[in-house]
Amino acid sequence: MKFKVKKVDRSEGLKEALYIPGIAVGLKHTMRHFFRNIISKKDVVTIQYPEEERPVSRRWRGRHRLTRRDDGFLKCVACYMCETVCPAKCIHIEAGEHPDFSVEKYPVSFDIDELRCVFCGLCVEACPKQAIRMDTGVIGMAYHSRESFNFTRDLLRDAYTPNEKTKYTDADLPKPPDQQSALPNSHGIPAL
Amino acid sequence: MQLVLEFLALSFVQDVLKILFILLLFAMPLGTFMTLMERKWSAAVQDRIGPNRANIGSYRGRGLLHIAADALKSIFKEDLIPRGADKFLYTIAPFFSFMSAVAVFAIIPIAGPIGDFKFQVTDVQPGLLFIFAITSLGVYGAVLAGASSNSKFALFGGTRASAQMISYEVFLGLSLMGLFMVYGSTQVSIIVEGQGEHWFGLIPKWGVFTQPLGFVVFFTALIAETKRAPFDAPEGESEIVAGYFVEYSGMRWSSFMLAEYIAIVGVAALITTLFFGGYQVPWLYHWESAPQWLVTLLQFGKFTSFTFILCWFQIQIRWTVPKFRFDQTMALGWKKLLPVALLNTVVTAIIIVALA
Repeated sequence: MKFKVKKVDRSEGLKEALYIPGIAVGLKHTMRHFFRNIISKKDVVTIQYPEEERPVSRRWRGRHRLTRRDDGFLKCVACYMCETVCPAKCIHIEAGEHPDFSVEKYPVSFDIDELRCVFCGLCVEACPKQAIRMDTGVIGMAYHSRESFNFTRDLLRDAYTPNEKTKYTDADLPKPPDQQSALPNSHGIPAL
Repeated sequence: MQLVLEFLALSFVQDVLKILFILLLFAMPLGTFMTLMERKWSAAVQDRIGPNRANIGSYRGRGLLHIAADALKSIFKEDLIPRGADKFLYTIAPFFSFMSAVAVFAIIPIAGPIGDFKFQVTDVQPGLLFIFAITSLGVYGAVLAGASSNSKFALFGGTRASAQMISYEVFLGLSLMGLFMVYGSTQVSIIVEGQGEHWFGLIPKWGVFTQPLGFVVFFTALIAETKRAPFDAPEGESEIVAGYFVEYSGMRWSSFMLAEYIAIVGVAALITTLFFGGYQVPWLYHWESAPQWLVTLLQFGKFTSFTFILCWFQIQIRWTVPKFRFDQTMALGWKKLLPVALLNTVVTAIIIVALA
């Protein structure tokens, strides 16, 4: 068997043997970085995490959110598609009948156990109404108790932004009789 | 009042005050500062920010509190002595390292003399021979730590340290032979005074101009003596973890580290003294009417700033040059530095005789 030998060009001679020219070239590079970073922090690549966050792509799968219709009500029609497709079985939906016939069904409770969630995004793809999305960009979910990771419907839903088409407010979202109150979490994240 | 002045006039009291001043207000703070600056400056070289998280409340002080945090941590850390270690030798090893690092400052003048009063702890007549003796004692720190730790890594580190330090002492001494010939003495005060002269009233007669080769060899040998990169094979982070002090923890480990950083300051101070004119401010002789206090202040400022710059330069070298393999360290010493140092000695001698 024939081996291929790659000849590395090693320059020899007095210049290499003296070391000092080589060290001077190295010092030129390190000193350039040193003085640039001492004078201005332009080249510094560090992201100081808790204060700064790395920008994430818009397609990055973060914490879920429940979107709203133009009239202020949740888009979700409680079809159980996401609950069925979920490989981690972390979504739990209970459907209820809405007084408005055009709305028909709505989620009485919509719980996601974010500790079980594998962030695969299948629920988003399965949803026929684009009611559930994972584009909040929330990277770090770190709480002190397991219960804090259990996100209920009222924690997941989008912020209420009234416009001219809005008919419903958050107070109109019918609460189920046995709905547990939104569980507190350590960061006191308000209902979205 | 009279009593206080008489007390201060005692040479013993003056010596103690000088020791306290040079150690507690110069060497130790600068050495401690270097522990942080090494991390900050290496971060700057590598496009990072460096330590800045230690805080009191919301006050961070640009990372300065890390010095206090490090000290507190190592004080409260458990002080382990490994099973099978020689307790006595294991305990005294850090003292040797620390002592040899600190003792260098005994003969370094930090400002010019005022009358009989010298800003120098002791101006011993052998001068630099004292430095050689002290740096040889520093070998014991590494060797005893390596031998007494009952660890193979430490033993390797100690062996390497002893071979390297004893070899490089040869070039340390030889590289200064030319300097001794040029200034005609081994006494530090005479060498520094000699560097106060100027050629044609323009170029200061510093050691770095009279002995450029000697400067390079001496600097290299001193970096090898402090066991820092590129000569850190005795510590050998990538092969033998931390070398001779791998088993140490807590304050004992800290004293090894602090000794290393005080040695950096010591090296910088020594090179300033021998090759950059010490406290001699160049071209100051033009200003004859300068008040004494201002001259002393300028001299101290010049000495301190040169020491600081040389400290920085050593750290910059560490983060620039890759580590030598151990045989390369030896080859560089015996095959390159030794002939260069000898050549420097011979050439200097010929020139001095020719000029005389």
